[in-house]
Amino acid sequence: MTLLSQHTAPEQTRTVATAGPSAPPVLAVRDVRISDRVTEREIVRGVSFELTPGKAVGIVGESGSGKTLTCRAALGILPPHFEVTGGSVEIDGTDIATLTPPQWAALRGSTISAVFQDPASYLNPSIRVGAQIAEVVRVKKGLKRREARHRAVELLRAVRLSDPELVYGQYTYELSGGMLQRVLIAAAIAADPRALIADEATTALDVTVQAEILDLLAELRERSGLALVVVSHDLAVVAHLCDEVLVMRQGEVVEHGPTRAVLYDPQHEYTRLLIAEHDQYGLEKFLTPKEAS
Amino acid sequence: MTTTPPGTDTSGHTVAPEPALEVTGLDVHYGRGRRRHHALRGVSLSVAPGETVGVIGETGSGKSTLARAALGLVRASAGSVTVGGEDVTAYGNRRWRALRRRGVVQYVFQDPLRSLDPDLTIEDSLIEPLLIQGTGRKEAAPLARSFLDRVRLSEDLLGRLPGELSGGQRQRVAVARALITEPRLVILDEPVSALDSANRVQVLEILKELGAAGVALVLISHDLGSVAGTADRIAVLHRGELVETGAARDVINEPRHAYTRLLVGSAPTLRTAPASRAEREALRALLDA
Repeated sequence: MTLLSQHTAPEQTRTVATAGPSAPPVLAVRDVRISDRVTEREIVRGVSFELTPGKAVGIVGESGSGKTLTCRAALGILPPHFEVTGGSVEIDGTDIATLTPPQWAALRGSTISAVFQDPASYLNPSIRVGAQIAEVVRVKKGLKRREARHRAVELLRAVRLSDPELVYGQYTYELSGGMLQRVLIAAAIAADPRALIADEATTALDVTVQAEILDLLAELRERSGLALVVVSHDLAVVAHLCDEVLVMRQGEVVEHGPTRAVLYDPQHEYTRLLIAEHDQYGLEKFLTPKEAS
Repeated sequence: MTTTPPGTDTSGHTVAPEPALEVTGLDVHYGRGRRRHHALRGVSLSVAPGETVGVIGETGSGKSTLARAALGLVRASAGSVTVGGEDVTAYGNRRWRALRRRGVVQYVFQDPLRSLDPDLTIEDSLIEPLLIQGTGRKEAAPLARSFLDRVRLSEDLLGRLPGELSGGQRQRVAVARALITEPRLVILDEPVSALDSANRVQVLEILKELGAAGVALVLISHDLGSVAGTADRIAVLHRGELVETGAARDVINEPRHAYTRLLVGSAPTLRTAPASRAEREALRALLDA
């Protein structure tokens, strides 16, 4: 794996990968409520989960159920006229309500990072994509220009872009949606964040590329204790990556528990519906029981 | 649904069921000289009336080129395309346009904002293909309502503009628009890729109903689950070549070609992890050999 290179200085090497469940959470979401100030409607009605190092939490549910808003609240980037009206979010033990903008800037990228769908809207169209990743590494990791460039190319290789040197020098308009998505993933992990929010991050990718990205995320969890929040419409991706699942519907968490329990023995009828739909419109439709692990 | 049943020609005679689409030995090139790129090589595929054929493969495998060739949007350098028994290979732009206007073959693309005119109300968008065919506004209006109902949308949307609808609603309007001329063949290129799971399931259910009503469908998608859930047969494209075609169950359960094994093996399921990196590398090595 090229990602964890010699550029990671020894004092930054983490030992949290082996931390037990007692390790303090890197992200704690406690009964978070989000309202739309204009309509005065409560959109998210109490979401709680804890993300300790190396842990992965999945969030599933229909669009409009509040999955993405919950993620954005945890990053302090709610869209205009949405606000957190109850509960709290703690990053590394600090209540984000108390954070000043410079403190936020220090946390984003290096402690908590995110990848959303629609990668083009998160990249600058007039700067070469590689330079945008190198900038993250320079600012967040304090690398020199040349080292930062080298590291950015490594990251592009880690997300399985076939010609990383070429891609480094390209602009967003020259890349396909799947390539842009991988550039964004490379940027999101560039500063070795401790927690990564992946909101439909692999949905647009070819299945073979998705497999590579899932491997990459699993490796980062294992080696450096990266914690993950995975939002996906694909229950199989969540089943594969996550320890714990939240099922959201209309702003409420209708079911929350260990992945196996929720997906193999669902209690709520909505979870059952999601699984039934997945069984009918997924590869599961044909797979014989003998293939079940 | 009042689609002409399979096996009946336009004059009402019963004939042997002609394939809705037949592509034979299709070659498509892009570019010239040293930049010439072989997008499809000798692709042969037949789609029977009422049959849904899923086409899978990665970006660059030629999936969209196949859709475009079957719609006369790109010209083949060899091979033939037959739509409903009519050899359309040599058709010029004008004859193709006439064919599309007659609604013989219709299409739905990934981004409905591109197939719907942003300045036309949903009602006008829906009835436009009928007006082009010469149907009067009065006769067309009730059809707009009934097709909107078929894609499970409320007729309250008729007066709205595409920009006022959600992505899922827009894609269902695009499907209704493709159906309103009662085509016998609909080609769908990534129709559910931009949709969330609830809308995806709704659109796929509509596609299943269409198949049951005798409409032939070509469903192109990078999402194996959508194809597995909808298609009768699956065709696998790799670097412009059709490497495997078979019943959906067989292609998913017992993929024969190394590329199909790589594709199917890369997808996690609720109960199985994807093939390991080593297994995937081994399959890639087989493909490059």
